[in-house]
Amino acid sequence: MALVLTGLWIGQNVELLPVAASLNAPIYDQLFKVLFSIGSILFIGIFGLLLFSLIRFRRRDGETGDGAAVEGNLQLEIFWTAIPAIVVLFVGIYSYDIYDRMGGMVPLSDPHSMHGAAMAPQASDGSSGAVIQASVLGTPPEPSKRIWGGIGSGQISAGPALPVEVTALQFAFLFHYPQGDITSGELHVQKGQPVELRMEARDVIHAFWVPEFRLKQDIIPGQPTLLTFTPIKAGSYPIICAELCGPYHGGMRSTVVVHEPDEFATWFEKNNTATVAIAPSTSSTG
Amino acid sequence: MTIALPPQTSSSPPGLQPEGWLRYLSFSLDHKVIGLQYMVAGFFFYLVGGALAGMIRVELVSPISDFISRETYNEVLTLHGTVMIFLWIVPVVNGAFGNYLIPFYVGARDMAFPRLNAVAFWLIPPAGFLLIASYFIAGAAQSGWTAYPPLSLTTPAAGQVVWILSVLLLGGSSIFGGINFIATVLKMRRPGLKMMQLPMYCWAMLGTSILVVLSTPVLAGTLVLLSFDIIAHTGFFNPALGGNAVVYQHLFWFYSHPAVYIMVLPAFGLVSEILPVHARKPLFGYTTMVYSILGIVFLGLIVWAHHMFTSATPPWMRLFFTIATAFIAVPTGIKFFNWLATLWGGKIALNSAMLFSCAFIVHFVFGGITGVALAQVPFDIHVHDTYFVVGHFHYVVYGGTVFVIFGSIYHWFPKFTGRMLNEDLGRFHFLITFIGFNLCFAPQHWLGLNGMPRRVAEYDPQFTLMNQISSVGALLMAVSTLPFLINVFWSAFSGRVAGDNPWNALTPEWLTSSPPPVENWKGEAPLVQHPYGYGVQPGQIDLGAATGREIWSSGQ
Repeated sequence: MALVLTGLWIGQNVELLPVAASLNAPIYDQLFKVLFSIGSILFIGIFGLLLFSLIRFRRRDGETGDGAAVEGNLQLEIFWTAIPAIVVLFVGIYSYDIYDRMGGMVPLSDPHSMHGAAMAPQASDGSSGAVIQASVLGTPPEPSKRIWGGIGSGQISAGPALPVEVTALQFAFLFHYPQGDITSGELHVQKGQPVELRMEARDVIHAFWVPEFRLKQDIIPGQPTLLTFTPIKAGSYPIICAELCGPYHGGMRSTVVVHEPDEFATWFEKNNTATVAIAPSTSSTG
Repeated sequence: MTIALPPQTSSSPPGLQPEGWLRYLSFSLDHKVIGLQYMVAGFFFYLVGGALAGMIRVELVSPISDFISRETYNEVLTLHGTVMIFLWIVPVVNGAFGNYLIPFYVGARDMAFPRLNAVAFWLIPPAGFLLIASYFIAGAAQSGWTAYPPLSLTTPAAGQVVWILSVLLLGGSSIFGGINFIATVLKMRRPGLKMMQLPMYCWAMLGTSILVVLSTPVLAGTLVLLSFDIIAHTGFFNPALGGNAVVYQHLFWFYSHPAVYIMVLPAFGLVSEILPVHARKPLFGYTTMVYSILGIVFLGLIVWAHHMFTSATPPWMRLFFTIATAFIAVPTGIKFFNWLATLWGGKIALNSAMLFSCAFIVHFVFGGITGVALAQVPFDIHVHDTYFVVGHFHYVVYGGTVFVIFGSIYHWFPKFTGRMLNEDLGRFHFLITFIGFNLCFAPQHWLGLNGMPRRVAEYDPQFTLMNQISSVGALLMAVSTLPFLINVFWSAFSGRVAGDNPWNALTPEWLTSSPPPVENWKGEAPLVQHPYGYGVQPGQIDLGAATGREIWSSGQ
């Protein structure tokens, strides 16, 4: 009992994670706390049991005899098969629920409709449906027709998403905003607005990781990938490449700046190259 | 019983094998010689891999890339992973202890295929030296031990091809060994010795060998295709030529996740041999231990895609592999609870073998808990490819398997050489290894959670302190090999004479002389019906006073 309470206390009170800055991050942290509590209970319990046995049942000086000839106990075996099985099952169902809340279970169908609507390089929705089927069955899909979805791809919530094209290459991330034809080495987003990253890799596999968003997605050459997230906390956070991509892998970093809405509008207008020509009246330089 | 023929080179007609220390450098067919060959060669490569790890930790003392060039750093981390896995852990827990112990345990005079056995060992030194030489000749592979394309297709080709060649040779060696173990355990048992009477290590090796035989060929095939992509510019895995890079990851992990069990199951088996002897109790729950090994083997084959949760894997696949992976915790948990129950109420000798085995339990439980966490897709998305994974992995294979290797050396050294290792030096070795290991790898979990990716030569300066602590731990681990080496060399020549059965153990290898003769027994092999028949029972002979021969002849 004390063990369970200690475990729960540790799980609730030990802070090991960085700032939670996206809509998914607090959900993640919830899962982390549960896993950390269960883990602490198990580890402290087993470690304590082992330590106790080693001290209590150590061989004293001059002792030569054996321990008791106990070869097994079926009830005990059933007990310690059932308990971990139940715990694991509970953790599995719980993490499935978390995964679902993060939008992980939706992408197979969703990104495609998005692909049809937003990207639309070649728009034949009927055939792309067939491609999904084929790819599920293991046939190599045609890279140009299929968009892969990362976690959170189905998580589009309130408001229209800000589309950003991400190109990963040795050894940098490039961000392109199709709405304003802005190209940037940093990712600028607006607090509270969903962001839709359309990611492509030029040369080798890279991975897009923002620890504060608890978000990571491999960007694999030949597989355009869609990733969405919603930042909820203003600030600057690192973007890190998490897949070995060559000698300068460690240096392949960038920054995501989460702006307050008005700040973001200023930044966007300042760098906007597309709308300047079309509608100069909207840009109020001051 | 078939008797191994002497090698052609042997010039002395009366001996079946080369005599003296020279046999350790020869194409010997004696399973014990081959076992020790594996062990010494493996330990040599452990020192090489350790030196490489040292270079990594020195580089990471400062957040900038200042110790070695970035290309060299990637070569070093690739070699470190490859050497430690394929040249140290796999050959030692399988080849060394397997070859030494399995024939004893089944009551045979040698392995089923002694010549294949020798071939399997002699593939290892050339493969190892080839791999290391590639660094000096053409530059070693730079794409990590995973060699993911397209990176492995774009890094310098020569090093990558040599790496593939070397891993193919080592994989071949592993397959030969696996076939040999399966045949030996199934077909070479003494008449009357049932499967369920075998020591647990036999079951562990049977399970491991099944994994080796089923999954290693997949890796071999994959690497052959990868080499075609590099040399002949085919497009199996090259997206630019219409290939698919993810297919490589599936095929690679189809071997490389079971490889974790190939490294860990034999360690489970060895611990199951060590604990009952030093706790003076029967192994608790023999039958469930056997079934849990089989469960791990089965589940181990269907969890590989948990390495690819951030690659483009469809959701149903993520769900399936999450559940399959998490369920491995159940049979694994059974084993740990049974070991704890084995210790409970025993007369535990707190010697080096026992301390290393118990540290294994602690570390592996920790690594297992982080492993179950990593199996959860949402959790993994954040920490995948970070130092959290590095920490987890080293807790499993170093804190787990390498600690067991050391424990096993303390346990079986008297059998190998006829002399005891020094206990004080052994406990000292344990202490600094234990402290150094935990200091080195525990902080890495925090680093990963907070944003340090793996395989980087430079990092965010906010992580400097933790990395320095980790490097101090690595230094302690490096230092800890010194008392061990001194102990081994000193004890081999002037240690206390051990006698045949210093631990009063019941498993068959202790029921012959130390070191055992060629073909293991003078006269008939003893038939041990219960390898774990420890414990005080009415009418039992006093084990403290009995010799192995008396135990055997009393017909237990």
